[in-house]
Amino acid sequence: MVLVTIAIMALTLKHLFAVIMLSGAFSLVSAMLFVVMDAVDVAFTEAAVGAGVSTVLMLATMALTVRVQKETKRPIILPLVVVCLVGVLLIYGTLDMPNFGAFDSPAQLHLGSTYLSITYKDMGIPNVVTGILASYRGYDTLGETVVVLTAGLGVILLLSGLKGRKDKE
Amino acid sequence: MKHHLILKVITKFMVGVIVLFGLYVQFHGDYSPGGGFQAGVIIAAAFILYGIVMGLENVQKVMPIWFAQKAAAVGVLVYALTGVFSIIFGFEFLNYHAISPEHPKHGQHYGIILVELGVGITVTFVMIAIYYSFAGRTPRLDDKEW
Repeated sequence: MVLVTIAIMALTLKHLFAVIMLSGAFSLVSAMLFVVMDAVDVAFTEAAVGAGVSTVLMLATMALTVRVQKETKRPIILPLVVVCLVGVLLIYGTLDMPNFGAFDSPAQLHLGSTYLSITYKDMGIPNVVTGILASYRGYDTLGETVVVLTAGLGVILLLSGLKGRKDKE
Repeated sequence: MKHHLILKVITKFMVGVIVLFGLYVQFHGDYSPGGGFQAGVIIAAAFILYGIVMGLENVQKVMPIWFAQKAAAVGVLVYALTGVFSIIFGFEFLNYHAISPEHPKHGQHYGIILVELGVGITVTFVMIAIYYSFAGRTPRLDDKEW
């Protein structure tokens, strides 16, 4: 409910500073939602990345452009229909999902319970998330780290490249 | 932000606490929620906070641009070399039993700490480098403009 309110406020406001702050608040509230659902690691990441760093980066981007959004002239009926249709389809898709915390959901039956039972035996650490992330799925995490590095390199190359060309002219 | 005395004092106090918390999340990641990704972002957030309040030049005295950009690659290197280490000792790539073959549990433990350290280093410095390249293009803002 809070999330929906924040989202509608962010859509209707024209002042970009307020919109960025609202998107930070949105991330913080969804982090709380993750805590309620016992996904503490995800909540941690959402609070630090979503509410913290990305808000700062959005502010830095806003400082390069204008502060107030332009009025849109185009009719909004077609986008509204598309959004409503996709929303209905997504909600229809969730109807097939098992209830939250149901013991017979696929997540509990197959690999998940195996990991839960063997992680402590294999490596003697209580945090199963770290065990899976760093040991059983070590290759994947190596790939993710390389992705982070590549993303950073891309940003550095894009932004500093533009600056260099401007200096030359 | 020349005259925000309260902000500056609080920032000086908070930066240490944030970095300390980041290190806790980093090295306690196998017992409590967290790990390399989260710790990296938290430590980077400390530097970004310092940069916002004290100005970009001051934070770049502590953490130069070239250092952040080079150190981001070191993290991936730490991760990959952990894998190469286990190949050298006759195990599969990233098989942490190689680190301490007689105590597989200890090997797993050290391996996870090393790998998470690599992730943490990369994430920290990539975040700082991205912040630098965004903030470096921004003309200095007056307080009035906010």
